[in-house]
Amino acid sequence: MNVFIRLGETTLAMLQKLGRSHLFLLHVLSGVPGILLRPRLLSAQVFSLGVLSILIIAVSGLFVGMVLGLQGFNVLSDFGAEESLGVMVAASLVRELGPVVTALLFAGRAGSALTAEIGLMKATEQLSGMEMMAVDPIKRIVTPRFLGGLIAMPLLAALFSMVGVMGGFFVGVGLLGVDDGAFWTAMHTHIDFWDDIINGVIKSLVFGVVVTWIAVFEGYDALPTSEGVGRATTRSVVFSAFAVLGCDFVLTALMFGDA
Amino acid sequence: MRQSKMIELWVGVFVALGLVALFFLSMQVSNLADYSADEGYVVKAYFDNVGSLKVRAPVTMSGVRVGRVSQITFDKQKFQALVELRIDPKFDNLPEDTSATILTAGLLGEQYISLSPGGSDLTLQQGSVIDLTQSAIVFEQMVSKFLYSKAEGEKKASSSSPVEKNGSNAVQAEPVAPAAP
Repeated sequence: MNVFIRLGETTLAMLQKLGRSHLFLLHVLSGVPGILLRPRLLSAQVFSLGVLSILIIAVSGLFVGMVLGLQGFNVLSDFGAEESLGVMVAASLVRELGPVVTALLFAGRAGSALTAEIGLMKATEQLSGMEMMAVDPIKRIVTPRFLGGLIAMPLLAALFSMVGVMGGFFVGVGLLGVDDGAFWTAMHTHIDFWDDIINGVIKSLVFGVVVTWIAVFEGYDALPTSEGVGRATTRSVVFSAFAVLGCDFVLTALMFGDA
Repeated sequence: MRQSKMIELWVGVFVALGLVALFFLSMQVSNLADYSADEGYVVKAYFDNVGSLKVRAPVTMSGVRVGRVSQITFDKQKFQALVELRIDPKFDNLPEDTSATILTAGLLGEQYISLSPGGSDLTLQQGSVIDLTQSAIVFEQMVSKFLYSKAEGEKKASSSSPVEKNGSNAVQAEPVAPAAP
């Protein structure tokens, strides 16, 4: 009997949280026009979410591209198809690894910081203080962070892909001796602007929404204690990773399923 | 004030970097640079079999790309595939009796259309039809043709002697038969 009560409680709590998160998102979006009138707030968030993430994104992208170049070369040279190395590196970066790895790194680097920041504001009653002053804390605090993440994510993903292709080029052409022209020409003919690049950008946009949404909601919904904030931060990163990978499967099935 | 100017500077640099990366991806990595959109004129060609030819496959002449396949449909009156080729406007002097062949790039590569010029003085115009076409070679058809002709050849080779034997038997049998009654 107790088991069923527990199960019911958990299910209802989950549903409640899901509903709360959607209402929260609506509230956040309702603050967008106000924030667009005060771009200073936004640029500060783009700085802390985007600019400060450039280093980790660029370094990871470089190494991911270099590893792809090495591994791809080993397999492709068995078939005498080294010229396809550029296609392989670019396609896997632009379609999958760019958006997904960037989103995972972004969740770890920026999402966790967002959750901790907002959770701590709640724990130290700064949010309640704002409400006392008749300032809507969601519109003033959460919306710029959400928008900032939304702007930063696609740019970071594009940066990741570009640096990754450079890394693959460096390893493939510079170290392993793949022909320079064939590397770029094969890439040119096989990577399509709409099918690959634009779909990759759409993916990174969706991941940006998902990761930032989870991060700000977990922070806002955290228990206002130090332990609660810690747990919320953990949850934010874990849920973001799940959601990104799940969304990635759905998006890939929609975009590339019928090709 | 200085602090916020710095932040704006960095955000500007960041956004510019991201856009440069996107630009690089679209121009250097993808085929956006050779999308010449809706320029050029369209000519039609009927094929018995287009194989796995795709829309946007290259149309080449002497190996140089002169256009792209813009549409592939099935003509239900002729029971043939209708392929529309969009040719770049600078190649506006292709002879009217140009022939089109579907070829494969490499052993397992993509299929493309190769044009070879004819000798006519009239040129292909918007909407004109290429009459001389050669279909894609389907690998299975080639294999079955090869096996068939091989089996045929073997039968001929192995049956040539028995036929003579049978023939001689028949010749032998014939005189025997009337002799029997």
